[in-house]
Amino acid sequence: MNSFTIAARELRSLFLSPLAWTLLGVTQLLFAYLFLSQVDYYLTIQAKLAGITAAPGITDLIVAPILGNAATILLLITPLLTMRLISDERRNKTISLLFSAPISMTEIILGKFLATFAFLMVVLLLVSLMPLSLLSIGSLDSGKFLAGLLGMVLLLASFSALGVYMSAIAPQPTIAAVGSFGVLLLLWIIDWSSNVSDSASDVLSYLSILHHFENLLQGLVNSTDVIYFILFIGSFLILSIKRLDNDRLQK
Amino acid sequence: MTTLIEVNKLSRQFGEHCVVDDVSFFLKKGEVLGFLGPNGAGKSTTMKMICGTLAPTLGSVKINGYDMLEQPKLAKAELGCLPEIPPLYPELTVDEFLHYCAKLHGVSKPSLKQAVDHGKEKCALTEVGDRLIGNLSKGFQQRVGIAQAILHNPSVVVLDEPTVGLDPMQIMEIRQLIRDLGKEHSVILSTHILSEVQQSCSRVQIIHQGKLVLSEGIDDLTARMTSSTLKVQLRQPPELADLQAINAVTEVDLLGDQHFRLHHLPEHKLAEEFAELAVKNHWGLLHLNEEKHSMEEIFISLTKDTEINE
Repeated sequence: MNSFTIAARELRSLFLSPLAWTLLGVTQLLFAYLFLSQVDYYLTIQAKLAGITAAPGITDLIVAPILGNAATILLLITPLLTMRLISDERRNKTISLLFSAPISMTEIILGKFLATFAFLMVVLLLVSLMPLSLLSIGSLDSGKFLAGLLGMVLLLASFSALGVYMSAIAPQPTIAAVGSFGVLLLLWIIDWSSNVSDSASDVLSYLSILHHFENLLQGLVNSTDVIYFILFIGSFLILSIKRLDNDRLQK
Repeated sequence: MTTLIEVNKLSRQFGEHCVVDDVSFFLKKGEVLGFLGPNGAGKSTTMKMICGTLAPTLGSVKINGYDMLEQPKLAKAELGCLPEIPPLYPELTVDEFLHYCAKLHGVSKPSLKQAVDHGKEKCALTEVGDRLIGNLSKGFQQRVGIAQAILHNPSVVVLDEPTVGLDPMQIMEIRQLIRDLGKEHSVILSTHILSEVQQSCSRVQIIHQGKLVLSEGIDDLTARMTSSTLKVQLRQPPELADLQAINAVTEVDLLGDQHFRLHHLPEHKLAEEFAELAVKNHWGLLHLNEEKHSMEEIFISLTKDTEINE
């Protein structure tokens, strides 16, 4: 309950600043351009596809790439969204309002997390409207589409959780942004070197966010992938709670 | 009367540096406690520990019987805090902000509006309800901070330097507000303005280098201030023993040729009596002065003493 109060305040402040609207506008413009070029590409190869049996459909050729590209763009943007969450409150000393109110650290962190997550869900809704518009001219593989959406939801929740944690440990918003961007990008590309040695590559590819996300994009809903995301979200939220509690215990 | 705040052997260390050292006190319902101390004495640290924003190294804080560490939610629900820097969101309006604070403090939905209206009324904010906090003057922001601390009707209100940045009229209003609050709540007020303590507090504590050096009621302090010494100058002074023999005189200091300081029992008004006596005995009274200690003097002597002791 208190988490929702905090999340509502956070969202309100976000939408009162130009940041939220700018992010929504810019991302939507980028997604639209990517969507159009993807549709364009599909139209040029449509003739060739007609000759192949069991050819990939529009879900594979348009929806999955759009969601994949959206994920990359959001990886760049989420750190900007999460950077102020806690470090700004700490700098402006408004954090003491939360500390002296009858709410737990868990509720504070959950509130911050929910606010970011809710905003990213708005972005996701706007993105998924574009593939849905294809329904007017054809049909989508709804299973694959939903698996892709599930992947996006889990991915964006992970981005938010990491962002909250980085904002909790960083003394300044910009440092939080750089930190979360760095960690996210590293986890994104960590399995690029996976063919170096076999035993290490298993670990690296398990750590890679992209690896788990791609499975879901292709319509493969594995419990391994879902559990990976849930562990990711859970651990960073717990770390954030510990870090925030440390403010009270500071030596 | 119920004890609302119980501070027990509270200590706080930052690394090797001990900021608050073994501070204990309690506060009953209806008391206003003035918390005084020079800069860096540990006032704000103590206040933060009472508000639960900082965990103590040792000791405990109990608010209305609830331990701050063991039952933080129940303890904090009884508490309203105004930290040194008021925690305000400049992008929100006064109404939005106060609604948010009321919700955070668990004010139920039906009584939300009433609580906010009541808080605004008490702090004279009714007219600025729909203005952005960021556009308000420092004085108004300070009042929003106070309103935030009292709107959920807590039993304990902690105000850290509440009158900073206010104009004289507003200071008068805030002092009145603090006195009003003191009727229904316990109030802890930290300040470095001594007259403020005299006007609004019922008890005074002075903290110096992390230790409590004085803790007494304002009446005792006033008694301490209306001093119990007379400074006199006599042209033809009698023997010291004669002066010593005067009723209620406890001690006589010879300050120099013709100058004396008479210590007397505090409840005895000696000045008039001494004047008559001096005239009758032809001592040639030149100067008679009732010595007064200002609060500043007491403050300085207390904070200096401990420095010498160390």
